[in-house]
Amino acid sequence: MTRVRIPPMLRSDVGGARELEADGDTVGDVIEDLVDRYPPLRSQLYENGSLGSFVNVYLGGEDVRTLAGLETPTRNGATVILLPAMAGGL
Amino acid sequence: MAGYRDLLARVKDEIHEISSLEAQERHQSEGAPLFVDVREPDEWEEGHIPGAIYVSRGRLESRIEGLVPDKARPLVVYCSAGSRSAFAAKALGEIGYEDVVSLAGGFTDWKRNGFDVTIPRVLSSEQRSRYSRHLLIPEVGEDGQQRLLDARVLLIGAGGLGSPASLYLAAAGVGTLGIVDADVVDESNLQRQIVHSTERLGEPKVSSAKRTLEALNPDVRVLPFQERLTSENVDRILGEGWDVIVDGADNFPTRYLLNDASVWHGIPVVHGSIFRFEGQATVFSPHAGPCYRCLFPQPPPAELAPSCAEGGVLGVLPGIIGSLQANETLKLILERGDTLAGRLLLFDALGTTLDEVSVRRDPECPVCGDNPTITDYVDYVEFCNAPAVYDA
Repeated sequence: MTRVRIPPMLRSDVGGARELEADGDTVGDVIEDLVDRYPPLRSQLYENGSLGSFVNVYLGGEDVRTLAGLETPTRNGATVILLPAMAGGL
Repeated sequence: MAGYRDLLARVKDEIHEISSLEAQERHQSEGAPLFVDVREPDEWEEGHIPGAIYVSRGRLESRIEGLVPDKARPLVVYCSAGSRSAFAAKALGEIGYEDVVSLAGGFTDWKRNGFDVTIPRVLSSEQRSRYSRHLLIPEVGEDGQQRLLDARVLLIGAGGLGSPASLYLAAAGVGTLGIVDADVVDESNLQRQIVHSTERLGEPKVSSAKRTLEALNPDVRVLPFQERLTSENVDRILGEGWDVIVDGADNFPTRYLLNDASVWHGIPVVHGSIFRFEGQATVFSPHAGPCYRCLFPQPPPAELAPSCAEGGVLGVLPGIIGSLQANETLKLILERGDTLAGRLLLFDALGTTLDEVSVRRDPECPVCGDNPTITDYVDYVEFCNAPAVYDA
């Protein structure tokens, strides 16, 4: 199981959870597992069938774009951080 | 019984004196002697011989061996007229300095001959007192404080993030603060925008902030820009010359516009953003590190971006993130420590956790990459339904 950090703007789509566990051998599988269980997430994260470029995904603090992208294998106990751009300066 | 004049005359007999003309020749020569100024601090601050070291007459004997360990080094000691330096030269000889002369006629004669004078930039006694806690830190000290006083920082937004950031920067003595904000103070701002106050309701935020900041520290000059940052005015405003920009905008169009402009103007941006209980902070240093577009190449589609007005924010959160921004700004000015460049700090106020993720410069970045595809300002549509202000 991989822990996935849910950013505040997506929490209403997952019943308010700040962190969830999901299954998968790669970062892509983990996210896929999550959107299967929480369908409203799909439209927030995906753009034309793939993960939107406005959402960053980190594994162990590293942007998966600098690793093997969504193919990056997850490690046991690692945390995935989903991070959409945030504009507020209120 | 011998008086002061007799004593002075006797001391002068025991030491060597040189005229200011000869001192000037030695000053210009290869292997010039070290000039030692033994006057009072206020006299030194009004000007001294270039390259001289300062040690007051009262502390000469106790300090000189630390300052000049080599007792064979030639010294020219001076005061204002040549009397205090005569006693100083005698004392230096007695503690073992081998080649000491006193400047006859002192600094007064040196100046009268029109020789070079250095006027040190010094803090006033009020500033010494105001910034005493900075002066005690070796990483800041007097040089660092002068840097802060000389620095020019532009704040985008006088709202949640801009309030604490501007207050701490003003308190620290950052000499010039530009503030860009088109809005007026509203009651709903006061839960977190602590640079404003109830009596300022309806007043333009830039003038309210100016009053607060200049009252906090008279060393600070606040330059108000009561306008929204646009592709039309961004070159004019950034072109006024800034050392650092503090980004406290609350909307994507301004953040992307500011990013692109700061890359093209070569000005580092201290980024902060907040939403409900969570905040982010990082530093974008043009070409030396990533930019905002390396982190997020493009804004989210309008329908997915959370509405600014609906979001809400815990009042203290911008206080924390804005203070982190002030901290990064001070370090950039002082060129001390490690900034957040290349790291995005994620703060969660509910769990009180601080995480960081790495941000790398993207060689494919459309603005700061090797082959930029964006070379002119992009006017993105406003995402919020709320009016386009810096702190809805």
